[in-house]
Amino acid sequence: MGEFEPVIGLEVHVQMSTKTKCFCSCRVEFGAEPNSNVCPVCLGMPGSLPVLNRKALEYAIKASLALNCKVHNLSVFARKNYFYPDLPKGYQISQYDKPLATDGYIDIKVNGKVERIRIHRLHMEEDAGKTIHEGGYSYVDLNRAGTPLMEIVSEPDIRSAVGARLYLEKLRNIMRYIGVSDADMEKGQLRCDVNISLRPKGEETFGTKVEIKNINSFRFVQKAIEYEIERQTKILKKGGEIVQETRLFDEKTGKTFTMRTKEEAHDYRYFPDPDLIPVRITSDFIQQIKDSLPELPDDKEKRYVKELGLTEYDAEVLVADRDRAEFFELSVKHYPKNPKSIANWIINELLGKLNEAGIEISESPVKPEHIAQIVELIDSGAISTKIAKEVFEETFETGKEPKQVVEEKGLKQVSDEGEIRKIVEKILSEHPAEVEKYKSGNTKLIGFFVGQVMKATKGKANPKVVNKILSELLKD
Amino acid sequence: MEIWRKGLKELSDLIRKKEVKPSEVVESFYERTQKFEPEINSYVTNLMEEALKEAQEKDKQLSQIEEIPELFGIPIAIKDNISTKGIKTTCSSKILENYIPPFDATVIKKLKEKGYIITGKTNLDEFAMGSSTENSAFFPTKNPWDTERVPGGSSGGSAAAVGAGIVPGALGSDTGGSIRQPAAFCGVVGLKPTYGRVSRYGLVAFASSLDQIGPITRTVEDAALLMNVISGKDPKDSTSVNREVPDFLSFIGRDIKGLKIGLPEEFFVEGLDSQIKEMVLGGVNQLEKEGAEVIEISMPTTKYAIEAYYIIAPSEASSNLARYDGVRYGYRTPEYSDLEEMYSKTRDEGFGAEVKRRIMLGTYSLSSGYYDAYYLKAQKVRTLIYQDFMKAFEKVDVIITPTTPDVAFKIGEKVSDPIQMYLSDIFTVSVNMAGVPGISIPCGFKEGLPVGMQIIGKPFDEGTVLQVAHYYERMNDFYKRFPGE
Repeated sequence: MGEFEPVIGLEVHVQMSTKTKCFCSCRVEFGAEPNSNVCPVCLGMPGSLPVLNRKALEYAIKASLALNCKVHNLSVFARKNYFYPDLPKGYQISQYDKPLATDGYIDIKVNGKVERIRIHRLHMEEDAGKTIHEGGYSYVDLNRAGTPLMEIVSEPDIRSAVGARLYLEKLRNIMRYIGVSDADMEKGQLRCDVNISLRPKGEETFGTKVEIKNINSFRFVQKAIEYEIERQTKILKKGGEIVQETRLFDEKTGKTFTMRTKEEAHDYRYFPDPDLIPVRITSDFIQQIKDSLPELPDDKEKRYVKELGLTEYDAEVLVADRDRAEFFELSVKHYPKNPKSIANWIINELLGKLNEAGIEISESPVKPEHIAQIVELIDSGAISTKIAKEVFEETFETGKEPKQVVEEKGLKQVSDEGEIRKIVEKILSEHPAEVEKYKSGNTKLIGFFVGQVMKATKGKANPKVVNKILSELLKD
Repeated sequence: MEIWRKGLKELSDLIRKKEVKPSEVVESFYERTQKFEPEINSYVTNLMEEALKEAQEKDKQLSQIEEIPELFGIPIAIKDNISTKGIKTTCSSKILENYIPPFDATVIKKLKEKGYIITGKTNLDEFAMGSSTENSAFFPTKNPWDTERVPGGSSGGSAAAVGAGIVPGALGSDTGGSIRQPAAFCGVVGLKPTYGRVSRYGLVAFASSLDQIGPITRTVEDAALLMNVISGKDPKDSTSVNREVPDFLSFIGRDIKGLKIGLPEEFFVEGLDSQIKEMVLGGVNQLEKEGAEVIEISMPTTKYAIEAYYIIAPSEASSNLARYDGVRYGYRTPEYSDLEEMYSKTRDEGFGAEVKRRIMLGTYSLSSGYYDAYYLKAQKVRTLIYQDFMKAFEKVDVIITPTTPDVAFKIGEKVSDPIQMYLSDIFTVSVNMAGVPGISIPCGFKEGLPVGMQIIGKPFDEGTVLQVAHYYERMNDFYKRFPGE
């Protein structure tokens, strides 16, 4: 039997960062005192009625457009009926056969190759509360109940565990760019269910799919899929059959296990919610939102390469995070002459340093204008690259402006030929043996002399000038 | 002066002219309540004692207020499925027996702003599901005209209270006839407004796409007054409609010359009591003599209204009643071993037989594999019914039908036959399905029992409905009769 190919689709829930809930005016807040942000509506008190949060609708339209979806002029809220203690009304307000948006896509780059992952649909719904089991009791916290969510369902276009992770990361990135969600997986603002089946390579029909629910980090999504591919491959190679079921991922063991089988699946008895009127959106309104969208990562990346001359890799790294891209662009604004060098400084120096210190780029002690100054100082010949690194360190520690650091520490590069000639002459007279060796053919020793000059000038001598004078004096 | 004989509007005028004090009004109804309430059992929660105190407070305020609002000091009863802050709202169900809402329904807020005094929460068929008030989990309410008979339902408590004259007005709710049918049985006026005219916020939902709150009063003018107060778009109810609310009182006393009345043949057929038929047609005749034009019409799909209604209403109910799970409020079974058992025992013990029947009907209709054949089909029938009405209204201004096929039936007569019970709403249900307004007004008595005539209007044209109703009422004065006199 030949190789198997995984077919993966993701169902992602994204919590919108609106100030208030989807159908009432309660605040949305992470980590508040249990049951403090609740009202008759989100508690499902008898007689209370939902009213759609306009902002939530706007956010969902924004997201739909950013994911290249078609936003429908008419969509309908439906009730998804099931019993659970943290579901106050006994149904969740969601969308069913008439979702807000359909037919979008996200492009991801897997091993340098662009793959298009189609998006089946995006719909709005409300979140449930939380049930906490503790000491033989179950507690219900309804602060989260009614929080606006977007459910984004991909087509089964993903073909690898890495691809799934990249899709999710891209999705998170887009959500952050357009400002509709912080999409923090650890905080549950982005939740992912995986649908996965295997089939022999080259086969067109789908195998039996398994759903893996509630995975709460990008890494675990990849791991769960890797495990599941392995598990299903083993079964199929033995000639066994995959059971259609819902599984959960155990973070400790790195394995998935059965949660419920197909027979136990719910009948949600969807029907249009008679408490909410159909959502009618004019094409003008959709266009208005489209026009207000910020530049998205893919477009940014293209622009960085085309207009700013960055390498594809650098552009990709910079746009992978909205704050990072913003940092870069601000920096370039301060010194537009050398974006490439600015990109290098951010990627090669700043990001590592921030990562080490555990600081977000938005909180960086080295500001965009500082990076601009450093590059400008180098370009103007005022400091060498080596000194620049020293200056960068100092700015990182103290937050002082690079110019000021150079000033205070007297780090300005010496380019004066007369001055450098004196020093070079002195060095050469101090090392007659080396001079002799150089002259008899060991030209590698040039490095030794440069080193000595730098040592004597504490690195401030302009290396170009030093080289020039050295070769001049050593010629005869 | 027998104050209790007076209607809302009359009392309102008297109080506003300071000819009568709120306390005098409430005392009068208090005494009458003492006498008749033990016979009819209209209240689940009787608040007449509190009403007396409130009236005394209002007496004091009377001198301080410059502009006395329309309902200042006027006692009004509220159906017990309308949320009242701090006052038990039971829906006549065991599952909400001790439930006290933390908020007021929008209609209650509006009544409060106009200075009304609540007299109590009236009995109903559990969760408004029924046509006789026998489905109350607590006790049946009796018809003030014959205490061996039902007052109708589900707003039986409100209709019986107004019918007995123990309160001048009440609010009810109407999903398939629950205001108009008991109004007919108790000889009072009951108006179901256009769907979306009155906010449903705070009305405990039975079938959300059909439910409407409306007034039950002694006179048409009183209904107009209450409509002025409770109507209007509510930002808390997405299904309430942003339509200008006219002064409904301005329709009172208007002439009906040239007005076109439609008589739908489908409403005057088998199953309709012949005396009732005569009375209704007699009424139409009177109006014709006064210059109205009578046109025979046909609304062929209305005969499927009951069938479609008993798919749609239970479907919505099955979902609306899912929240009564024993987790957050209301009844919870005392003993259970796990969550599943807590749910099933709580709901089994908390709901009555009719409610369970409808939850099962609805759950079935919405199940995958049945949805298209039942729910979706019923919605299509509903659309056709609506179109029938709209076609009719191209030709006529109002439609007149009997409210019920017969007068109030005996307590216990139909409890064992739900289909017979459902059929008592046969003339009212299609009005809810179409979402149009309809009123029931007294049009005579059959063997001492009141008969109701239904006047149906165009969407948001309650004004014309009230106009015709009032014109008829002025010629007949049935409202002046009280039970036992």
